Amino acid sequence: MPTTTINGHEVAVDDEGFMTEYDQWDEDMGKALAEAIGVEMTDEHWKAIRFLRDDFKAQGETPTIRRVSTAGGIDTKQLFVLFPKKPAKKMAYIAGLPKPHGCV
Amino acid sequence: MTATEPTTATGPMIVPSFDDDEQEGRKLAIICSKGNLDMAYPGLILANAALGEGVEVHLFFTFWGLDMISKAHMDDLKFSPVGNTAAHMPQAITPMPGMTTMATKMMKKSIADLDVPEVPEFLDLIKASGGHMWACRMSVDMNHMTKDDLWEGVDDIINASDFIVLTNGAQLLFI
Repeated sequence: MPTTTINGHEVAVDDEGFMTEYDQWDEDMGKALAEAIGVEMTDEHWKAIRFLRDDFKAQGETPTIRRVSTAGGIDTKQLFVLFPKKPAKKMAYIAGLPKPHGCV
Repeated sequence: MTATEPTTATGPMIVPSFDDDEQEGRKLAIICSKGNLDMAYPGLILANAALGEGVEVHLFFTFWGLDMISKAHMDDLKFSPVGNTAAHMPQAITPMPGMTTMATKMMKKSIADLDVPEVPEFLDLIKASGGHMWACRMSVDMNHMTKDDLWEGVDDIINASDFIVLTNGAQLLFI
């Protein structure tokens, strides 16, 4: 399992760079991860990321965009604005979570 | 000793390539020609997945597929096991009264159990994610329909030539 350094901390990641240990993440790291992929975090961005973190903890898996919309209360259209082109993957990366498995 | 300042990466940082440009220009056109419940899903699922990967998606509803976007039918698509040996039941019982209703109910439940939405909601999701939806001119005419009979998310009614022009360079999928 590869490791990488984010924000001065060494963390475990998978081969693609997604964090694999839930508890190694904190919001400063999230900010660094976002910067690395060119996403500037605003309160709205954080709302989505925090939802992902909470939902992962509760459900045991990363929510799909649809779930972020229906359960997280953020409009799908808006998710594509906040995290352009690949919202599900970008959110998961910034939140230090694996890519969602679900299809929808 | 030099102090190490926390920066975004004090060492090699493995960053996945969310190469927005990688899929740049990629276009996927899905022709939905079926009106049964089971055949409504492949197109919708792939459209949704492609949109989530930054691909430009066009859905073209033609023939029976028009049912998927017609106000009168879109929330009542059915599945019949008749002639479908993959339904894994003796064909002789498939046309019996009540079979279509039961098979439809079972299929809907299986789909709902995976938290996958029903067709109208799924179309809304695809629309919100940036998908383009087109109705086939010929099919609309054959059914003596107008735009008013169609779900409001339909971009327009277009003919075959328009479709060919629209899908220049696109990957095509016929369902």
